[in-house]
Amino acid sequence: MNAAPLPPLEEIDPALSEEINSYLEEWKDKEGNLIMMLHEIQDRHGFVPREASLLLAEATGVPMARIYEVLTFYNYFKLVPPGKHNVMVCNGTACYLKGAGRLLAELESRLGISDGDTTDDRLIHLETVRCIGCCGMAPAMVVDHKTLGKLNPTDMAGLIEGIRKREESGNDQ
Amino acid sequence: MINRQVKEEFERMLGNVGEEPAGSWVRVGMDTGGIAAGADRLFTQLREECAEAGLLDTAVLRAGSFGYAWIDPLVEVRTDGKPSVLYGVVDESVATRIVNEHLSGGRMVDGHVIAPRRRGSSLDQPVTAILVQDTSCEGGDKSLFLQSSIEDELKAHGLAEEIQVVRALDMGIYQEGLVVQLLPSCVTYTNVLSRDIARIVEESVSRKAVLDDLLWTRKDFQDRIVLRHCGNLDPESLDAALRAGVYQGLADSLAKHGAEGVIEEMKASGLRGRGGAGFPTGVKWQLTRKSEAERKFVICNADEGDPGAFMDRSILEGDPHSVLEGLILAGYAVGASKGFFYIRAEYPLAVARVGKAIASARKLGLLGKNILGSGWDFDAEIRLGAGAFVCGEETALIASIEGKRGSPEPRPPYPSVKGLWGMPTCINNVETLAAVPWIIVNGGEAYASRGMEKSRGTKVFAVTGKVRNPQLVEVPMGTTVYDIVYNVCGGVQDDIPIKGVQTGGPSGGIIPEKFLETPVTYENLQALGSIMGSGGMLIMDENDCMVDVAAFYLKFCVDESCGKCAPCRVGGYQVLQLLIKISRGRGKPEDLEQIRRICTGMQKASLCGLGQTAPNPILSSLRYFADEYNAYIEGGTSYARKRKRALAEGKSLKEAV
Repeated sequence: MNAAPLPPLEEIDPALSEEINSYLEEWKDKEGNLIMMLHEIQDRHGFVPREASLLLAEATGVPMARIYEVLTFYNYFKLVPPGKHNVMVCNGTACYLKGAGRLLAELESRLGISDGDTTDDRLIHLETVRCIGCCGMAPAMVVDHKTLGKLNPTDMAGLIEGIRKREESGNDQ
Repeated sequence: MINRQVKEEFERMLGNVGEEPAGSWVRVGMDTGGIAAGADRLFTQLREECAEAGLLDTAVLRAGSFGYAWIDPLVEVRTDGKPSVLYGVVDESVATRIVNEHLSGGRMVDGHVIAPRRRGSSLDQPVTAILVQDTSCEGGDKSLFLQSSIEDELKAHGLAEEIQVVRALDMGIYQEGLVVQLLPSCVTYTNVLSRDIARIVEESVSRKAVLDDLLWTRKDFQDRIVLRHCGNLDPESLDAALRAGVYQGLADSLAKHGAEGVIEEMKASGLRGRGGAGFPTGVKWQLTRKSEAERKFVICNADEGDPGAFMDRSILEGDPHSVLEGLILAGYAVGASKGFFYIRAEYPLAVARVGKAIASARKLGLLGKNILGSGWDFDAEIRLGAGAFVCGEETALIASIEGKRGSPEPRPPYPSVKGLWGMPTCINNVETLAAVPWIIVNGGEAYASRGMEKSRGTKVFAVTGKVRNPQLVEVPMGTTVYDIVYNVCGGVQDDIPIKGVQTGGPSGGIIPEKFLETPVTYENLQALGSIMGSGGMLIMDENDCMVDVAAFYLKFCVDESCGKCAPCRVGGYQVLQLLIKISRGRGKPEDLEQIRRICTGMQKASLCGLGQTAPNPILSSLRYFADEYNAYIEGGTSYARKRKRALAEGKSLKEAV
């Protein structure tokens, strides 16, 4: 994906810069604060916008390259907006042995996307995660922060249908 | 010398907390696993239905994981004065029955009770209830038959009204035929035949005589030290923690043991790092204490990255205060002023509960300036991981807390000399820290009395994979793998023969079936080509393909390699290519030699633990399952296709052919 050119500082949304300032206020006197502030940004936006990194670099004096070094090193940080609904298939060893691959294959074929992609309507993002620590319920998935366990490939159709239905009825929950 | 001020301050604190409120309560196991199975909905439902039923003095409480992950969600019920009863697989309708039948009616709900693991040997108290279960696998389930036979017999004796006969969901005993447990004494009979039923009622129930020929005397293998509070208290309440005795070790240490005393106790306990490497904790603390510096740090390593492991998550979610107490004690022993919890961001509930524990402890004066009036200052904060497996390595973890990418550094200097921001730093795993307060209160010798050889105390394992009852178990070191799999976790799923047990995650190896009788110690596992690791234990059956599993683990390590040193970065990739080639049926016999050569190079030349241990799953599968590699090489592409199809469909190779 090509990164959009960065806007000049003065054109960045003031709301974003206010938000970044609030994180700085909270964290400035604490040691080891960079990753924690990046977590706060991602929690809020679902990803770390380039503008936010730029503002953070400006305010803390940490070079933009260092911030991107951190962002790209860690799996958890995202640089592009995720889909509206996040479907994470756990691929920890217990889930792997109990058929996580079959769940993923079913989802990929039903959604027409592969692992790590988002559907064209940006509605559903599909990814695999290392281990969510629910090995007792393998194979497990996390759909929009909700953990589901002991799944079968046959459950996948209903799951996708459920997300689409909720979206159509305008009910996010 | 005893510091009276600390002692009095702590006693005043305990006095303010007061006694546990009497009366009935219901506890819901609300760890991530429980919540995934619907525990949060149950919690609300139970609150509402208790109110509707007019049970106003019944408290509905939160608890951590009970450990029985395969029968989540769990609910524990105590009605006035009686021993509590644990229920598993509680859905909406079972919850309603718990309220109506158990809380309102005083009768247990049939089919969901998890029997107490205590094994009684005398019948001092009159029998109030009888639990039954058919634990054999063959044939139909005879529990119902057993239940009604005992009920009939009780009727004949005029006891049916007072004594309820309940089918249990799990009794912690497997393959022992019909099992009967008499409550509350927990006298347990196994391999009961129909002709024994009259005797049980006649002699044991009516005349309180124990039938020695049927009595089950083997103690439960589990010995809960680290998990002592998990499931037994509300993890979000400091009052509940204080009532349960958490922070007693801290108060004792500040009042009388002193830092040196704490280190002596740790050394006596023989506790070794539970993160996997097994370095003696007392020695680590002493080394850090000896280092002179203006500031020192302690870190709790909660970056549990091994796929298939959930010990640390369960401990943090179930008993955050004990881990915090352990961290404070570590800080006190080494002379640190600050502690950090480094927790995976993927564990939001653990992060929230530790955050709450820190805030409430600080408010009460267990953290911060002048702790308990001792004049010693210490504070703790949370730093989040961000999904990098390598950050479980000490030096990479330090880099990550400092806000850098998590690249490991060569050691020495060890963190105990030069760690976080160049200051002496002591890093301990969650499980290690959770054991510390118990050791301080009960003494190092009590801890060292468990275990064998150089591995003392207990170890928590997350047993998963193709096992009947995946769960969290805590057993004394030296328990055999066989006992853990068959006698604690109920054996293998679907009774497909077991092929091996993988320990230590991506850094560990596979123990083949013929070595299952090996007692688990750091040294024994190493001799078998595996490691203790953090405690993941994966059971693999005949349908699992070792070449596939080795490639799975290696792919994990290749993805997670930080790229700093060539042996790990390049070596891992090359071995993976060879494994993929073999698994497509295009391998040659000499490829195996090449794999061995590269693996040895990685073990010797990699900078950190990740690269040094990444070859373990491959080398150990080559050592014990070479025939599977050869089958691919000899069978060529047609064999590989069949194998792949069998795996994709979850079938055995024979069925797929």
